[in-house]
Formats: sequence, C-alpha cells, structure tokens
Amino acid sequence: MKKAIEIESLSYSYPDGHQALKNINLNIEVGESVAIVGPNGAGKSTLLLHLNGILRSDGTVKVLGTPLEEKNLKWVRSKVGLVFQDPEDQLFSPTVFDDVAFGPINMGYSEDEVRQRVREALEGVGMDGYEKRSPHHLSIGEKKRIGIATILSMNPEILVIDEPTANLDPRAKWELIELLRGLTVTKIVASHDLELVKALCQRIILLDEGKVVADDATPSIMSNALLLERHGLAPKGGSRLKLKA
Amino acid sequence: MKHSFLDRYSDLDSFIHKLDPRTKFIAALAFVIAVVLTPPTEWYAFALYFALIACVILLSKVPPLYILKRALVIIPFVLLIAIFIPFFKEGEVAGSYNLWLWEVKVTYSGLIVLWNVTIKALLSILSMIVLSATTKFTELLNGLERLGMPAVMVMILSFMYRYIFVLVDEAIRMRRARDSRSFGGKRLWQLKTIGNMLGTLFLRSYERGERVYAAMVARGFDGQTRTLTNLRFQALDLYYATGFAVALAFIGATILLGWGS
Repeated sequence: MKKAIEIESLSYSYPDGHQALKNINLNIEVGESVAIVGPNGAGKSTLLLHLNGILRSDGTVKVLGTPLEEKNLKWVRSKVGLVFQDPEDQLFSPTVFDDVAFGPINMGYSEDEVRQRVREALEGVGMDGYEKRSPHHLSIGEKKRIGIATILSMNPEILVIDEPTANLDPRAKWELIELLRGLTVTKIVASHDLELVKALCQRIILLDEGKVVADDATPSIMSNALLLERHGLAPKGGSRLKLKA
Repeated sequence: MKHSFLDRYSDLDSFIHKLDPRTKFIAALAFVIAVVLTPPTEWYAFALYFALIACVILLSKVPPLYILKRALVIIPFVLLIAIFIPFFKEGEVAGSYNLWLWEVKVTYSGLIVLWNVTIKALLSILSMIVLSATTKFTELLNGLERLGMPAVMVMILSFMYRYIFVLVDEAIRMRRARDSRSFGGKRLWQLKTIGNMLGTLFLRSYERGERVYAAMVARGFDGQTRTLTNLRFQALDLYYATGFAVALAFIGATILLGWGS
C-alpha cells in the first residue's frame, strides 16, 4: 500500500532544551484513519507540526513518498492540511469567506476556482451561507467546522487535526465526529478523547514523554487497561471506573 | 461572551449602505478636509456642513441618536484639551473672573480657537461615525486596500478587528478570576495585580500571534497577502460622488464669495 506519511528517527528539542520528541518512527498508509493519543505534554501537537514542515529537525519526514524539504514546502502544505486546536487561532480573517479562501488563494488558484472551492468546502461541513459572518460571532462548534472547511478548501490528501473535540458539548462533538467520518481522506487525529478515537480511528499510536509507546489497532489498545492507565488515559487502579472498551 | 459589533448598523439596507466603500471613504475624507480648511468665523458654512451630514445620516437610516451617542464618547477628549485655550490665549479680554487669589481672563481670540477646534472635531467625528456605521469593517478594509493602502497596514487592522474581542474576553475572564479570589487588600497590592494581569495578557497575545502565524503558514502563507474582492463602482456611486462634490463646492463658494457674512 502507498504510504501517506513516513517518519524515521525524528527527534525534536524546544529552544529551552526540553526534548519533546525522541526518536519517532512510524508509517501511515493512504486512506488510514489514525489516532495519536497520549496525556498532556506527550508531544502530540509537536509531532503534528512536523507533518507539514512548520517544525523541522533531525530525522526524515516523507509525505506521499517525497522527503520534506525547504523547496517543496508549498506542495507539502497543499497535501497535508493541518487544523489547529484553538479555532481562534485557526480562523484569523475578518470574515468566514476570507478564511476559507486563504489557503486556495495562497495556492495560486484563479478567482473562480477559489470561489468554487470555498462554496464546496463550506457545503462539505454544512456551513454554507456563513460566508459573510465574522468568526467572532459564531459558536465553538461552528468555528470548529469552519476551521475544517479552511483546510478542505485546499483539497488535501492528508487531514491532520489537533484535538477536534476539545471544548465541544456532546451534541456538537458527535456531529463533528459524523462529519469527520464522512471524509474519505487519510486522517491523523491527535486527541485524548477516547470516545472520538473509538468512533473514528482504526489504529492508535500511543505517545508518552516524546516516545511512541504503543502502535496497534484500536480495539487491542483500548482493551489493554493497564497500558491506558500507565500512560494517563484511564483512571488509576481502573476497575471501578474503567472505560468499557 | 457576547459583544456588540464594532460596525453596528452596517448591515442596514439604504442608499448609503449600497455605495462602494471607496466612494464613501473618499467623500468622508473630502468632507473632513473641507471642514478643516474653513475659516472659523464662517458660521454660515458650518451650519451648511451640519445640514449636509444630517442629510447623509437621514439617507443612511442609521438612528441619529446612535450617531450622537457615539460622538459624545469622543467629544469630551477634544473638550478636555481645548477648554483651557480661552484662558491662556493673549488678546482682547472678553471677561475676567476672580477665583480666590487668582484672576482668570478669557479672551475673544481664545474663544474662537475653542469654537474652531470643537466644531471641526465634531463635524469630522460625525462624518467618520457615519462612514463606519454604514460600511462593514471588512469592506472598508477591502476598499482601503484597493485605494492603495499598504497591505501590511490593512493586515494589522484586519487582525485588530478579528482579535480585539478575543482579547477583551480574555481580560474579562482574568478579572473574574481575580475578583473571585481577591478580598480588598492594599491599593498598592491591587495595582501590582493589575500589572501582572497586563503582563500575562501581553504574553498570551504574543503566544497567540505565534500560533496564528503557524496556522497561516500551514495554509501556504509566504508573506504576501492576497485577497479577493467583490467591489465594483455602480451608477449609485457616481450620483453620490457628484451630489456630494456639488454640495461641498457650494459651501466652498459661499465662503469664497462671502455670502455668509
């Protein structure tokens, strides 16, 4: 099968010396839906930032078989769409239209094509008709959807989402999960929301203290209560409050 | 948290609202320049300026009370600066008062400067309020960009528009968190807390800036801003521009020909 992402011996230290990623190796295939789970501070977001070259460091990252380099960054970013956790960061334009159009305009599409893509992306997340609204006056659920539309409008082959369900109420959360299930692209989701992971992903990569500690199919990791407990994803001493896998 | 819009009433439907933002911006700018260039003793001309702006307000369907209220927010700042001029300006004395041991004199020329500053500030403020109340902020930015304002400036303004309430929300949340744990205390200590809060707010904004930049870079931003626009001049713009120019020219003529005095 074709590889969407290949990472070889990737390590990263923050400028203050804190080592966020330690020798990461992993492959993700085209069409897969993969969850990157781990406790707070495990390095999930840092890893995501490496997937489209916002952070770069030792080790190689290949996107669709091509090594990530300075000169192909633009191409990489059109293939790997990254949705940030806080929609207030993701949506930075004065109107929804400007925001969804931002990527396609930077990619250099013609005006007609940009408008077409914006329309399709907003329809794709059920937010058509919101073009002229200002992001500030939307609910968090709406902002999250539009955040995804800002990436879909670039038509990426790999969708990378950081904590898609953070701060959502259960209804908005399940609506968002339904929306994500309907997208056919390769999905990489960083989260510690295990309900989301179970509903969306076939495979889990468990990250803790910057290292991959487990990489397996969702059911086998979910049923390993000891593993989840050890890495801060299930309550201590588990049995009374244990999550039903 | 809910906030009122910076550009409240900008989605009404009126002749003025339908105009291209560029037309309105240039008209407002021309109006301000004309007002500033008018000699302060042309009382007549100022009445005409008022009439002109009143016409625009009526056409725009924006409640006049709203515009007055907004103007009242700014006028005190002008007055605060201008109110002392009549007391210090040298010239023919209009009146003098004894305040305890101090004799205070008011001069005619000083009063004229006060009138000059206040009336011109008021008219300019009114025209700017009408402009912002009838134009969506985003369209105004778009118009300014088309008029050749540097892209960096437009970007700064557009980020301001996008993030001002996000920041206000953050500040309000911090204040609530402080209030729920603070029980009086010394003035100095309170000031210190406020200082710390400002510092935290600055750091958070700085960090948000970094994250926003990452989000922009992730979508192919390379330092160049590009936007699409729907702006198009229509026949309406021509009517308005002509009408406005004729009105200003008429007021100018009354001044030059000395009809008012």
